[in-house]
Formats: sequence, C-alpha cells, structure tokens
Amino acid sequence: MSLLKISLPGNGWLHTALLVAGLSLVSACGAPSGPDGISDPFETTNRKIHAFNRGVDRALLGPASKGYGGIIPKPVSQGIGNLAETLDLPGDIANDLLQFRIGDAVQNTMRLGTNVFFGLGGLIDTSTALGLQGKPTDFGETLHVWGFGEGPYLEVPFSGPSTVRDAAGTVVDIAMNPVRLAVPKREATAAMAIKLFSRVGDRDRFSETIESILYDSADSYAQARLLYLQNRRFTLNRGADATSEDEYIDPYEDPYAE
Amino acid sequence: MPSEPMVSRRTVLASSVGGLALLALPRAALAMSADEAKVLVDNTVAQINDIINSGKSEQAMYGDFEDLFARYADVPTIARSVLGPAAKAASSGQMSSYTKAFQVYISHKYGRRFREFIGGRIEVAEAKAVKSFFEVISTAYLQGEAPFEVRWHVSDKSGKGLFFNIIIEGVNMLASERTEMGALLDQRGGDLDTLITDLKTL
Repeated sequence: MSLLKISLPGNGWLHTALLVAGLSLVSACGAPSGPDGISDPFETTNRKIHAFNRGVDRALLGPASKGYGGIIPKPVSQGIGNLAETLDLPGDIANDLLQFRIGDAVQNTMRLGTNVFFGLGGLIDTSTALGLQGKPTDFGETLHVWGFGEGPYLEVPFSGPSTVRDAAGTVVDIAMNPVRLAVPKREATAAMAIKLFSRVGDRDRFSETIESILYDSADSYAQARLLYLQNRRFTLNRGADATSEDEYIDPYEDPYAE
Repeated sequence: MPSEPMVSRRTVLASSVGGLALLALPRAALAMSADEAKVLVDNTVAQINDIINSGKSEQAMYGDFEDLFARYADVPTIARSVLGPAAKAASSGQMSSYTKAFQVYISHKYGRRFREFIGGRIEVAEAKAVKSFFEVISTAYLQGEAPFEVRWHVSDKSGKGLFFNIIIEGVNMLASERTEMGALLDQRGGDLDTLITDLKTL
C-alpha cells in the first residue's frame, strides 16, 4: 500500500528512484536452483509474510469479497472487472512494445479502442465477444523477454506470491503506469479504486480455488509457491514446449517407482 | 498360540497376492500410439462431461469420479510417485492400503474441483510423443472464463494405456500432490499408517 502512496503523479524524481530500485533488485536475479527448480533463500521471512497475508485474507479480504459478491450484482462486478482490465491496457501496450511484440501491441490497442468506443468506455468487453482476446502482460514479463531470470521466490505483503524479478516488475508497472501519469490526481485515485474493487471481485470469483490452497492444504505456503511458479513459468513460456525438465515427471523412471 | 497360524496364513496370502499383481504388470513397452493416447483422453473427457452434467448429488459424483480414476488413471503409479521417498520404506501391505486410501482422497479432491466445470466442456485437440510417454493437449471452456489449457500425460507402462498426470495451465498434479503428501506425512511425524487412516477423510 505504501508503494501506491509514494508514487503519486508529479514526483518525477520518485519515478526515477523507483525505477533504479526496481532494476537494481533485478540485477540480483539468478537462475533458479534447488529441488523442483525452486530458489527460496528467504523462506523463513517469506513464511512469516505468508502467515500475515493468510490472516489478512481470513479477516478482511475473504469476508469483504463474500459481502461484495453478495451485494454487487454479477453484471456490475463483471463491468468493474472489465473497466479495470481496460485501464491496464495502456500499460500492457507499453510492455508489448518493450518486448518487441508488435502483434500483441496491435491487438491490445484494438481492444482498447473497441472497448472504449463500443463498450461504454470499457465497462463492456466487446472485444472478447468479437474474438479479440486479451493479451495481458507486465514489466516482469518484459524483464523475462530481456533475458532476466526469475530470481528467488518472494511473498509480498497484501499481494502474495511473486519472485524478485516479478516484484521489481510490479514496482516499475506502478511507477510508469501511463493511465496514472496521464490523468489528473482525482481520476487516478478513482482508477486505483476500480482496480481494488476488481481484485476483491476476483477473490470472490475464484474463492473455491483460493480457499482450497490457503485453508485446505497441509502446507499452504509450499502449495502457493509451487502453483505460482509453475503457472507463471507456463504463462511466460507462451505455449512453447516446456523448457524445464520438472514439468515432465516420469513416475515410471523415478527412483520411487520401482 | 492360536493367533500364530492366522498371522502366517495372512502373510502367505498377502505375499501371493503381491506375486500375482507383479505377474499382471508386464514392464515391457506395449508400443502405444499417439492416436490411442488421444482416444484414452477422449473417453476420459467424455465421462467427465457426463458426470458433471448428470445433475447427480455431490456424494454420488464422488463415487463416479472414483470409478473414473480407477478406470482411466494409473492410480498405483500416481500414488507411489506422490508418496515419494516414504514409498521405499513402506511394506507391500501398507502400500496397498495407502493406494486404496489415495484413490478415495484424489477422487474427492478433484471431484470437488471438477464441479466448477458444470455447464462447461473440454475439447481434446492433439496428442504427441514426449520423452517415453504421450502428451495429449485439450482446452477447457468454462462459463464466463477465458478458455484454458489442460494437458494429460499418458503411458502404457502399467500394461495398458492410462493417464498418470494432469497439467492445468502449467500446474502439475503430480508435483502439487507430492508437496501436499509430504506435508501431510510431516504433520503426522512420518507415520504412514496414520496418514492412510486420515487420507480417506480429507
């Protein structure tokens, strides 16, 4: 939360400072090591933050999302989700360009235009109905495209699983968000509120999955870490065949199979 | 003394059952084709679609999912792989009751998750050989969600073509269950028998 507060518009030097901080974090990224390709040298601290996040979810986010899901009609929460996604598009396009993915930049630009002009300013996702699927991305992915490794695993307070590279990416995404930089302070705050509501809505939509990981698994920290890393690597891999061997487990060959 | 012959009879019985099971598991490759792997997943998916759209109660669906796992998945291999190093130290009697308990556990767990598929469908696209087995790629279409990818790993090394892993958007069932089973065993101080008893109720 403090990150969001200090990066309000008009603080040019702060943007630079955040960028430098983000990039110097990234220079600490290395190749993953350890069992299952997981590098977690900060496990003790991470587990404390995980316990804190779990407490926040149990006491605040979970109940809030149930209330939100119960009060807000589905079309409205869907609209807020769509609006939040539209607000992400300028940042996505900037990252697409930084990744030299011109096709994605064009597709996201078409989505932005279609949803703003034919979707009530982004409330309705007209693009997906037309077969123009979203191509969400972030600065963490840009760093991946530029050749940075994911670095050690991190649990971020209030936010959850990440890696050093992805956390640095998030810092840069917040500091450099084109929407926040382009619009007046009041509108930027409104945009932030929409994103917050959208996250609460997501917590409600995916409640079964999230609760099964956080509250039904024997070691929710290890489970969340594994799921995040596997899914993140899959996303960054973009449908290419697995590059790491750990995705192809052969139980007929491993030492425990015989 | 009366208990003595009972024990030895049971031991003999158990070991001969073990011997029969070994005979029934030819280890030579049966030269499965990619098409056959795809047919297996087609059949599995057809049955999943039937179960989730049957309108049955959750409890009845669990039974159906257990049948599905027993029929299309290589449950003993999955169970053993998920248990990890502890499988090596376990007796054959422990392994057989663990495998039975695991089948209940896994069908409940994934039965609960497949409930989210109600009203949706899974489409099987292609199968290809990877390493020493086959990978079948399918796409799940759920109501109100962007389509996502589900990969099935299939092998005939058990003696017939069965799936042994499901990978949903990169999230690997074997890896995830290994983490879970390791933690469950740790919670019970490494006591496999307690784990076997508890597994059916989780």
